[in-house]
Amino acid sequence: MSTPQEVAERVMDPELPMLTLADLGVLRGVECGESGRVTVTITPTYSGCPALDEMRADLTRRLGEAGYHDVEVRTVLHPAWTTDWVSAAGRRKLAEHGIAPPERVGPRAAGPVPLNLAPARRLVRCPNCGSGHTTELSRFSSTACKALFRCDECREPFEHFKEL
Amino acid sequence: MSFDNAYESITESNDEQHWAFGTGFDDPLSGVDRAVPSEVDSVDLAQYCLMLGDDALVLSQRLSEWCSRAPELEEDVALANIALDLLGQARMLLTRAGEVEGAGRAEDDLAYLRDEPEFRNVRLVEVDCGPGPGGDFATTIARLLIFASWRLALLDHLTASRDPVLAAIAAKGIKELAYHRDHAAQWTLRLAGGTDLSRSRMIAGLTKVWPLFDELFAPHDIEVRLAAAGVAVDPGTLRSEVDAVLDRVLTAAALDRPDVRPMSAVAHRLGRHGVHTEAMGYLLAEMQHLARSLPGAVW
Repeated sequence: MSTPQEVAERVMDPELPMLTLADLGVLRGVECGESGRVTVTITPTYSGCPALDEMRADLTRRLGEAGYHDVEVRTVLHPAWTTDWVSAAGRRKLAEHGIAPPERVGPRAAGPVPLNLAPARRLVRCPNCGSGHTTELSRFSSTACKALFRCDECREPFEHFKEL
Repeated sequence: MSFDNAYESITESNDEQHWAFGTGFDDPLSGVDRAVPSEVDSVDLAQYCLMLGDDALVLSQRLSEWCSRAPELEEDVALANIALDLLGQARMLLTRAGEVEGAGRAEDDLAYLRDEPEFRNVRLVEVDCGPGPGGDFATTIARLLIFASWRLALLDHLTASRDPVLAAIAAKGIKELAYHRDHAAQWTLRLAGGTDLSRSRMIAGLTKVWPLFDELFAPHDIEVRLAAAGVAVDPGTLRSEVDAVLDRVLTAAALDRPDVRPMSAVAHRLGRHGVHTEAMGYLLAEMQHLARSLPGAVW
């Protein structure tokens, strides 16, 4: 029998179905109490993330199928999710599926949030041909967590999992 | 999987939860630890959550009006994404307001069943900045620039709140407001530095919304009391920080601050007191009519 941790770690993200919730860094913890109650802790990617309820339902369903029927899914807002929590496996899977993974951003420096008067100049490699010559077409894409890019070498458009 | 049309692809599994994400999502703070700190006045806290929640809700509604009407497809997606972030913040704040109030009102009750005088948003978020007759894309960008600069500073200070839920909602919101502000600032530069027409529209947009700028820094008594208790942020303390950001953007865009008089208060009452502009009633009519016509309807 799989442990609750193993079961929870295999649950896939509803909007990026190549990633598990663990890959995405959304799964923050799994605890099994003495009474057999399983407490799963997750955190939303964005405040408006509409997939959160879907994630809760998937976790409860998968754990139930594995024999864990007393499940509580808790949401934590703090500390806020960051793309730095996307695992190495998650980054690799994103690239394999044509989505350029996020760069590491690190913690924000103290003081007011800096204002950017020009789009961030980040090296985003084309997931199709590997070229570093790419152009941001739009900061926003099909979901809140992605930006739209085009490769200037192979001319393919692709999505970039943007840093947060 | 192959489907003849997109509709089949979402109905095929006949699983309501896949119909559209969010349809069964009725508790944005589900599982969050939300005891009210004992020394915090819960009546004030509920009202404060409404103020910050209504700011986000009403601007989200305004930005959604651009859906399918923005100047280009990418901008359609951008404004919708920004609206969704604000809606997410509003849902958490309204849920918190209802819960702290303790009268059994959920987020939908607060969004759909309150009348105009019960809304506590600043008036900046409610005015029509387009795509209706009240403005255009530049006007909308002007408002977003001011709003995001102000709310980002506010949330940044709110992360130190003694209410752990407010502090956490703020910490999450900061990341979102930071790119909302960048988006508006970058568009301000492009429009101001574009053609004579785009520049004149940017100037007109700023002139239209600037009379509502001062109100952002006028504290309501509740904000003052809760700030003294370490729970809220007194907006009056944000002025120099917001001014510095806007001055940087305006200088880079070679634009002047509009020389316009602030919109007057009504017997010293502003949006935070429930006094709104003519635009608010029309906005609420559109936002609320379905929920009020069909009570209890879900979609």
